[in-house]
Amino acid sequence: MIDLLVISPILVPLLTLIVCLIPRISAKTSDAISLTSAGVLLACVSWLLITVVSHGTLTLRAGGWAPPFGIVLVADTLSALMLWISAFVAFVVLIYGVRSGPDALSPGHLHVLIHGLIHGLMLGVNGSFLTGDLFNLYVWFEVMLISSFILMVREGHHSQLPGGLTYVLLNLLASALFLSGAGLIYGKLGTLNLADMAAKLGALQDPDLVNTSGALIFVAFAAKAALFPFHFWLPASYHRAAPAISALFAGLLTKVGVYALLRLFTLVFTPANGFSTTLILYLSMATMILGVLGAVAQYHIRRLLAFHIISQIGYMTAGLALGGELALTAVIFYVLHHIAVKSTLFLVGGVLEARTGSPDIRHHGGFYQSSPLLALCFLIPAFSLGGIPPLSGFWAKLNLLQAGIETGRWLFIATALIVGILTLFSMIKIWNESFWKAPASDHPRPATNTGGRPFLAMLSLCGLTLVFSLGGAFVFRLAQRAAGELADPSGYLDAVLKGGTL
Amino acid sequence: MTTALAILIGLLFAAATYCLLRRNLMRVLIGILLLGHAVNLLLMSASAPLTRAPAILGADGKPIPGMADALPQALVLTAIVIGFGLSVFTLVLARSCFQGKAIDDVHDLGKEDSP
Repeated sequence: MIDLLVISPILVPLLTLIVCLIPRISAKTSDAISLTSAGVLLACVSWLLITVVSHGTLTLRAGGWAPPFGIVLVADTLSALMLWISAFVAFVVLIYGVRSGPDALSPGHLHVLIHGLIHGLMLGVNGSFLTGDLFNLYVWFEVMLISSFILMVREGHHSQLPGGLTYVLLNLLASALFLSGAGLIYGKLGTLNLADMAAKLGALQDPDLVNTSGALIFVAFAAKAALFPFHFWLPASYHRAAPAISALFAGLLTKVGVYALLRLFTLVFTPANGFSTTLILYLSMATMILGVLGAVAQYHIRRLLAFHIISQIGYMTAGLALGGELALTAVIFYVLHHIAVKSTLFLVGGVLEARTGSPDIRHHGGFYQSSPLLALCFLIPAFSLGGIPPLSGFWAKLNLLQAGIETGRWLFIATALIVGILTLFSMIKIWNESFWKAPASDHPRPATNTGGRPFLAMLSLCGLTLVFSLGGAFVFRLAQRAAGELADPSGYLDAVLKGGTL
Repeated sequence: MTTALAILIGLLFAAATYCLLRRNLMRVLIGILLLGHAVNLLLMSASAPLTRAPAILGADGKPIPGMADALPQALVLTAIVIGFGLSVFTLVLARSCFQGKAIDDVHDLGKEDSP
């Protein structure tokens, strides 16, 4: 039963993907199947989260092969939290509807395929969160990427293709680097099991090996997480996808990269094993600054938000570089908060684009008056992102700054504060242009009505942000538990190598 | 022989890097394909295939002493399959780009980006 629970986040999307490949399903049926499956997935991962919190780390040995030989799936607190938030975002995005907005014209057969691909994406995302094997992680990443490639360019508009090609090429390059790193470290250690690698590297104490393969793998995941200087693909491509899809991408894809960094660089390539994290800190600070400066210069709403993702990724990896339990707690809290907030903002952006027929915020206006609910759905995540108390972004930033003060990284603190102000500034820019000023008279394209489902989706994500804000202590304790497991990996090693299954 | 393999892998990486740094889109694609081959060979070299016996069980069903590690070969097979699928997809995507706007310069990929 426990085995089934651990593998359910992989099984549910896989089955849905197969069902969606059956020809001649009507668009309505596929909607229902897809939404039901996302609901089942959410229920499964909620149960998994509860079980992990009450019983500790769960493991599943695929095919009964004992580690380090077989592939092992590990659900610790961090994995369970990430699984839960991604299932929630996927469910909400499906409520929003992949057909809403300018996307409404996509033909029926394509529509079924899109649902299949979204579940294919979830398959890869969930697999990446669960796996305890380096090569298996590569495979799950590829599952996730191939789904995202097709979702990114599926309409085949000429506006989508160049950005899509950039995205594909950069990701192929990153995958190749990841594979080289994995090959090098396998050649030396003879194992791919993360826990076994950690144990062997700890005994070996060979900084040269750790730094070469670690650097290759770091660059690979930094490219997937859009860290400076590997971030250029993100603002070129994300805003070209349909609004619901880009909300899913914005919430999940880069954060899977951050998760992989968190997992590998606290377990395998640690400072204790000889890996140097100073460079990560400086790259993170550059990412924070350049991301937000890019955002300040933009007028395309979802492109502006895409630049914010980059800037916020910098905060997360900076926390990883600071190290220590407090910083890791802050990072995990930050990731959870960021996924909820960013997905909401992209959905709001999608509704604004659909209502006005233009992605350019200079053509928007008057939404504070005409749609106060939409304004509320924007204000909560925007203020949270800007770090206004008592919203979740404030707690995330506060903890990160505390960790910075404890480690005495004053340059990081200054950067974080300045970037926070600029973030708020660009959020206010959207507020002024889209919501506050008088409605613009010239609409380049006819507006489409969006209906009520988007609002249900946006309000549930806003609700989640409010839970993170007001129930911050509870979420913080969960994050602290996850960070404790990362900071002291002996529990993880025991669970994987000695078999911590119930 | 191992040195020759190392040099070959190095040459492939160098060629791939050179192609990836070109502006011509077709060369970038060739670079990505070459990079895939270089990485596959690198993975393969983790099992020291040239100095050890082939990874095949003996007549008695037991491993031969000094047999090469079979796992990297399995990994390479997986990587080749994934790489093949992705390469085909990338080529089709690039072809659509060529046809739509006649883009053959990497710098043109970013030109349409103003809102």
